[in-house]
Amino acid sequence: MRAGFIAEVDHGTPIRAGDEQVTLTIDGVETTAPAGTSVMAAAMMLGARIPRLCATETLEPFGSCRLCLVEIEGRKGTPASCTTPVEAGMVVRTQTERLAKLRRGVMELYISDHPLDCLTCAANGDCELQDMAGAVGLRDVRYGSSGANHLADAKDLSNPYFAYDPAKCIVCYRCVRACEDIQGTFALTVAGRGFDSRIAAGATDFLNSECVSCGACVQACPTATLIEKSVIRQGQPTRSVVTTCAYCGVGCSFKAEMQGDRVVRMAPYRHGAANEGHSCVKGRFAWGYATHEDRIRTPLVREKITDPWREATWDEAIARVAADFSRIQAQYGRDSIGAITSSRCTNEEVFLIQKLVRAAFGNNNVDTCARVCHSPTGYGLKTTFGTSAGTQDFKSVDKADVVVVIGANPTDGHPVFASRLKKRLRAGAKLIVIDPRRIDLVKSPHVRAAHHLQLRPGTNVAALNALAHVIVTEGLVNEAYVRERCDTAEFESWARFVALERNSPEQSEQFTGLRAADVRAAARLYATGGAGAIYYGLGVTEHSQGSTTVMAIANLAMATGNIGREGVGVNPLRGQNNVQGSCDMGSFPHEFSGYRHVSDDAARDMFEKMWGVTLDDEPGLRIPNMLDEAVENRFKGLFVQGEDIAQSDPDTQHVTAGLAAMECVVVLDLFLNETAKYAHVFLPGSSFLEKDGTFTNAERRINRVRQVMAPLAGKAEWQATIDLARALGYEMNYAHPSEIMDEIAALTPTFAGVSYDKLDALGSVQWPCNAAAPEGTPTMHVERFVRGKGQFMITEYTPTEERTGPRFPLILTTGRILSQYNVGAQTRRTANGAWHDEDVLEIHPFDAEERGVRTGDLVALASRSGEISLRAVISERMQPGVVYTTFHHPATGANVVTTDYSDWATNCPEYKVTAVQVRRTNQYSDWQERNREEDVSLRRMAREEGAWNDMAAAK
Amino acid sequence: MSLRIFIPRDAAALSVGADAVAREIAADARRRGLQIEIVRTGSRGMLWLEPLVEVETSAGRIGYGPVSPSDVPALFDAGFHVGGAHARALGRIDALDWMRRQNRVTFARVGATDPLSLEDYRAHGGLRGLERARNMRGADIVEAVRASGLRGRGGAGFPAGIKWKTVHDAGADQKYIVCNADEGDSGTFADRMLMEGDPFLLIEGMAIAGRAVGATSGFIYIRSEYPHAFRTMCEAIARAEQAGVIGASAPGAGGPFRLEARLGAGAYICGEETSLLDSLEGKRGIVRAKPPLPAVHGLFGKPTVVNNVLTLAAVPSILSDGPDAYAAYGVGRSRGTMPFQIAGNVKRGGLVELPFGATLRDLIEDFGGGTRTGRPVRAVQVGGPLGAYLPAAQLDTPLDYEALAAIGAMLGHGGIVVFDDTVDMAKQARFAFEFCAKESCGKCTPCRIGAVRGVETVDRIVAGVERETNLALLEDLNQVMTDGSLCAMGGLTPMPVMSALRHFPEDFHRAAQRPAMPEATE
Repeated sequence: MRAGFIAEVDHGTPIRAGDEQVTLTIDGVETTAPAGTSVMAAAMMLGARIPRLCATETLEPFGSCRLCLVEIEGRKGTPASCTTPVEAGMVVRTQTERLAKLRRGVMELYISDHPLDCLTCAANGDCELQDMAGAVGLRDVRYGSSGANHLADAKDLSNPYFAYDPAKCIVCYRCVRACEDIQGTFALTVAGRGFDSRIAAGATDFLNSECVSCGACVQACPTATLIEKSVIRQGQPTRSVVTTCAYCGVGCSFKAEMQGDRVVRMAPYRHGAANEGHSCVKGRFAWGYATHEDRIRTPLVREKITDPWREATWDEAIARVAADFSRIQAQYGRDSIGAITSSRCTNEEVFLIQKLVRAAFGNNNVDTCARVCHSPTGYGLKTTFGTSAGTQDFKSVDKADVVVVIGANPTDGHPVFASRLKKRLRAGAKLIVIDPRRIDLVKSPHVRAAHHLQLRPGTNVAALNALAHVIVTEGLVNEAYVRERCDTAEFESWARFVALERNSPEQSEQFTGLRAADVRAAARLYATGGAGAIYYGLGVTEHSQGSTTVMAIANLAMATGNIGREGVGVNPLRGQNNVQGSCDMGSFPHEFSGYRHVSDDAARDMFEKMWGVTLDDEPGLRIPNMLDEAVENRFKGLFVQGEDIAQSDPDTQHVTAGLAAMECVVVLDLFLNETAKYAHVFLPGSSFLEKDGTFTNAERRINRVRQVMAPLAGKAEWQATIDLARALGYEMNYAHPSEIMDEIAALTPTFAGVSYDKLDALGSVQWPCNAAAPEGTPTMHVERFVRGKGQFMITEYTPTEERTGPRFPLILTTGRILSQYNVGAQTRRTANGAWHDEDVLEIHPFDAEERGVRTGDLVALASRSGEISLRAVISERMQPGVVYTTFHHPATGANVVTTDYSDWATNCPEYKVTAVQVRRTNQYSDWQERNREEDVSLRRMAREEGAWNDMAAAK
Repeated sequence: MSLRIFIPRDAAALSVGADAVAREIAADARRRGLQIEIVRTGSRGMLWLEPLVEVETSAGRIGYGPVSPSDVPALFDAGFHVGGAHARALGRIDALDWMRRQNRVTFARVGATDPLSLEDYRAHGGLRGLERARNMRGADIVEAVRASGLRGRGGAGFPAGIKWKTVHDAGADQKYIVCNADEGDSGTFADRMLMEGDPFLLIEGMAIAGRAVGATSGFIYIRSEYPHAFRTMCEAIARAEQAGVIGASAPGAGGPFRLEARLGAGAYICGEETSLLDSLEGKRGIVRAKPPLPAVHGLFGKPTVVNNVLTLAAVPSILSDGPDAYAAYGVGRSRGTMPFQIAGNVKRGGLVELPFGATLRDLIEDFGGGTRTGRPVRAVQVGGPLGAYLPAAQLDTPLDYEALAAIGAMLGHGGIVVFDDTVDMAKQARFAFEFCAKESCGKCTPCRIGAVRGVETVDRIVAGVERETNLALLEDLNQVMTDGSLCAMGGLTPMPVMSALRHFPEDFHRAAQRPAMPEATE
C-alpha cells in the first residue's frame, strides 16, 4: 500500500443495515452479519477477501465474473458469494483446491483476451485484474495468443477527461451499472452479445453520447479500460488528502490524489456524507483551472484603471490598500468604504473579511454574493421557521414519497443530489416539477414527473397560493400538526386568505397559465401522497417576490405537516460551495454570524468584548446600495473577495458605472476577472486546493477543506486579511484557520460545538452543533420550530413591474448548465468547453419562426437595460413567449440585459424575469464591442508592455 | 349440413403448402357446387403427412396426406369429402398406430379442434379445470399441482407446485404469471404446436395459475420466429377476454386476470427465465443472478411464476381430472406425460405424447421408423443443443429425468434429434461451443470467453496440435464452464461436448488420419 494514500475498504457488495443479525461460519470462523448481507461482504468483514472483479461495494451484486465462487455445506455446486445472502448456520468455505482451480480457470479465460502490457499500462499498480491474477496464482495461459480477441479494438479518446480502451475491458458491467444505478443517466450499455459484448455509449462516441461525464464509470472500472487521461499522462498518485469540492452547494467530498504537490486526479470519497462516492463533471474533472496559466500569482497595483498593471510585493499592495482606504474614510466619511465576501471562500476567510469591515473599517458595509442568489431563502425561512437554512440532509430524500422541485434544475445545477433524487424517483417516489422550462427531470430515463406545472415566469406566488387554496378548501390540511406545531391564529388568517376565490387555481390560471385541473391534482398529490419534500433553487428566489415565494413554500410544508422529520422538508439547493457558510458567517450588513441582528445589544456586546472595539448598531449597505452610492460619489472604496460582480450582477452597465466611480477597488481573486478591469489593487487568491478551512453546504454540513498544495501566491487569503487589518491599525492574531473556527464557535451559538478536531473525527457536522446537539443536526425543527411556533405568512401575489409589451414581448429567464459554473472563471479554464463553449439563446419554435430565426443564427437580445448578440438554439424545452440563456461567458454579457428590479425584502435581483425582444442580426452589440476593447485596454500588464517596448527598441 | 374439411394452419403444415391446398379445395368445391366448411386446425403432429387433410364422416375423421394442391381434383373425384378411397387416404386418424399408441393429455385437442373456437374448446372438455379452480382456494390449487407431480417442462424439471407455493406465499401488491414460449431448442416444436393448435388450453392454464398464486396479470413471451403462434395467441386472448374467461370482468372470486402476448427479442438466451424477464421488462435480455429467485423477485421485481408452455398447459387437466389421474402416468419422480418431439435424420418426425418412462428406441424406431437415410443410428441428441449425445447403445434408456441424469444426459424440453453413422461427432462438439458462443448473453466470463476458447481448443485437438495438452485443457474448460457459469447456457454446453468425447473418442483424432466421410446429414 502506498504510504499516505487513503485506502477505502471495499466489501464488494453493499452493507445492509438491518436489525436482524445472522450467525454463520466462514472458513471455520464463526461470525455474525446483518441479514441480507452477502457472503462476500460477511467474509470481508472478517478480513477474508474472496477474489472478485465485478463486485464493488457501491453497486448491487451482479454475479458475472465468477471469481467469487465458494462452497457452502449442503448446497449443490459453487454459488457466487456476491449474490448469496448470509443465512443462519451456513458453513462457507472460501478457499479450497476445487475453488482455486476454478478461479484460475476463470482468470485464464480473462487473460486469454487481455493485453499483456502491465508494465506500460496506466493502471499498473491500481488494477483489480492484475491483483486478482496474483491472488488466484495464475501462472500460465494455455489458450495461447492466436485465438479470437479484442486487442486491436479502437480506443475512444473523445471525452476530454477520460479514455476508453475496449481492448482492456473485462465486460464486468460496473461502468454500465454505475451509470444506471448511481448516476441515473443510462448513457452506457453493452453492445453485441457473447464474446462480442463491448461497452458502448449509445451508437456514438462518449463525447457525443448522453454521457454527462460524471466519472462514475471511470470510478467503477477495475482496469485501465476507463481511466482518467491525467493518470495516463502523469502516472499513479502517491498520496491522497480528503477535501471538499469548490463548485456547487452539494459539497462533495473528494480525495485529492497527488504526486507531491501535483494533483493527479480528484476521486470522489465514499465516506463523504453529501455525495457518498459520487461526483459530477465539474468536481471530478474540471479542477485544472487551479494551476491554469491565467492564475495571477503576484499582487498587482495601478494608479488608474486605464494604467497597465504593475507587479508588487504583498507588503506594498497591502500598504497601498490601507493607505487608500484610510484616506478615503478621512475624506468621505467612515461609511464610504465596504467589502463584499465570497461564497467561494472558506467560512474562516469570510468570517475574517466581515470582521475586517466591522472591526477595522468601523462600519457594517459588508455584503455577500448570496445577496444575488439566496438572500430570500434566509429571510423567508427565518421568518416562518426561525432558521435561515434548509431543513434536511440530502439523504432525507431517500425517504420522500412525493418530491416537489420548484425553480431548480438539479441535473444541471446540483448533479450529485439530482442522481440521489432520481434514484428515489426510480424506486417509486412521485415528482412534481414547477418550472417554466421543461427541465430534464420532467422526463428522463426511467423518471417522469407526475405533474409538470409549466408556469409563466414571475408567477410562482400565484401558483403556490393556488396549491394552498386546494389544500385548504379541499380539507387536506394536516390539522393535528398545525394545531400542535404552528401559530394557529396566524394559520387561520392564512387559511382564510388562501381560500379566497382569487387564489383558486381557476382564477390564477390567468397569471400562471396553468390548467386548474393540473394544479388541483398536484396539490392533492403533495398533500396526501405521503412524505412530501420540497426542493427549490434560484427560480424561486431571483424574483421581485422571491422572499414571498419562499414563505409560500414554507406555508405549504407546514399546512401539510411536512416539516420536522426525515423524507420531508423545505430544501433550498444552494448555488455555491459555501453560500450557506458565507451567510452563516455574518456577511450580511445587518447580521452577525449566526443571523443575529447588529442592533441586538446582547449579540453586539459579545462581539465587542471579543474583538475589543465598539461596533456600529446600524445595518450597513447592501451591494446594490454600495453601487448606487458610488454612482452618487458617496461610496469610494470596495474590497471584493472572490466575486465578479461586473459579470454576475444584474444590469452590468450600472455595476461598472459604480465601480468606475470609486477611488480604490481591491479585487482578491484567482484571475483578472471582469470586476478587476475596474480595480486598482489586485490581490492573488488561492484555489480550494490551496486552502485550509471549511465549507458549509446546502444541508448545513460543515466540511473540511484541506490544503493539498501551498498557495501559489505565497500567502493564504486569511493571512492577507490579517495583514490588511494590521495595516489599518486593527490587530488580528491567528496561527491557523482552526483558531478562526474556534472564535466562530465562541461567538456563534449554532456553531458552539464545532472544532477542527470534531470535524476530523466525524468527517463533517451539520449545524446547529452545540451542547444540545453535539454531533450536529441532520433534520431541523423536529419537535418544535426553532422560532417556537411555525409562522404562516400571508403571501399576496403581486405581478412584477417588469412587464412584456409591444417593444419587449418575450420574457428572458437565465440560468446555468451542467458543464459550466456561474461566471465560468473556473470551468472556462478547463476542457469543459467541449460541451459548452458559448452562451446561446434557447427559443421556442413558434417565437423563432415568427422572427425568422433558425438554430445557429446570431440574434440580438434587447431589454430596456441593454442589448447583446448571441446564437439562437430552437428548443421545445421553452414555452412560447419565454427565452433562456446562461451567463457563463463574459463576452456574451447576459447581465447587460437583466434589470435592476429585485426582491422587495432582500434586493435579490429579478434575474428570472426580463422583458426582451429578439431579432436576427449580423453584428455584436455596442456593449460587446466596447467590452472586447476593454478586455485589452483595462487588463494590460506593465511587464508585457515593457517587453514590447524593449522589442520595439531592439528593432 | 355442409361437409366439414379440416386443414391444419400449423406453421409446419403451412411451410409445406397447407394454405395452397386449402385454397384449392375451396375453389374446387365451388366449381363442383359443393357446400363445404373448411376448418383450420392445429397439426396432429405427424409431420411427414403434412399437409394432412381430414374430413368428417359418420365413421369418424378420415385423413388424407400428404396432400398437394395438384392432388385436389383427383381427391374430389374420388369423393374424399365423404371419405372416398384414394392413394393418399390414411383411414381413420384416431385408428392410426401413431395416434393410437400415444397418451394425449396435453395435446388431446390439437389437430382435432378449431383452435380459435371457444365453443369447440368447451365442447372438447375445455374450461372445466378453470371452473373448478374458481371454486378452490389458491393454496388448494397449488396443492393439487404439487400432488400431480408436475415438473417444469422447460428443461430444468423443477416441481411446479413448489414454485407456485413460493409465489403464493410471497406477500406483494402485484404478482405475475409469465409463460416461457421462447422455444429455441433445436428439434423442438411442441410449444408452437400447442399455441397454434390449442391456445385456450394455455390461457386456461395461466388463468388457473393466476388464481392459485394471486396474480392478476400474465404475459406469454413468444419467440420472434413464431409469428403464427403469436397471432393465434393474440386472437385467442382477445376472444377469451371477450367471452369473460379472462380479463377485467372474469368471473369468480379470483378477481381479474389480464393476459398479454409479447414477441421475443430474437435471442436464444431470452428463453432462460431471468433473461426473459429482463427482455419482457424492455431491457436487453441478460441473465440475472439467482438468488433472488423469480418466484420472489421476478418481473418488475414482483413475485412471478415463470413456467414453460407445456407446464401451464398440463394444469387444466390436473384440475379437471384430479392430480391423481395425472400422476397415474409416468415413472418414479417423473409423473404425467411428456410431449416428445422427434426430429433430425428420422423417417417419421413429429410430436408424440407419452408417459415418462418410454425409451428412445420406442420413439426413434417404433414411432420414427428409423433414420430417413436408412443408415444405422449412431447418435441421438436429447434435450436440445445443450443436451448430451447418446450412442446407439443407450437407446433403451427410459426417458425420465432421473434415468437420463444417471447417464450424464438430460431430457430438457423433450427434443430428440437423430443422427446416422455419417455424423462427425468432433464437428458436433465444436458446434456445441459455436452455438454457445453465438447465443451467449456475454454476462459471465466462463460462457462469454469459454465458448470461444472451446471452439479453438476442439479445432486444435482435431488438427492434432498438442493433442494431450489440449484434451486436458478442454477438460478443465468444461469444468470451469459447468461449475462457474451463471446459467444453464454456459453450464450445460460441456454436456454435448463431453458426451461426444466420451462416447465417440475416435472422431477427435486428426482429420487426416481418418477416412474421408460424407457430410453428416441430420
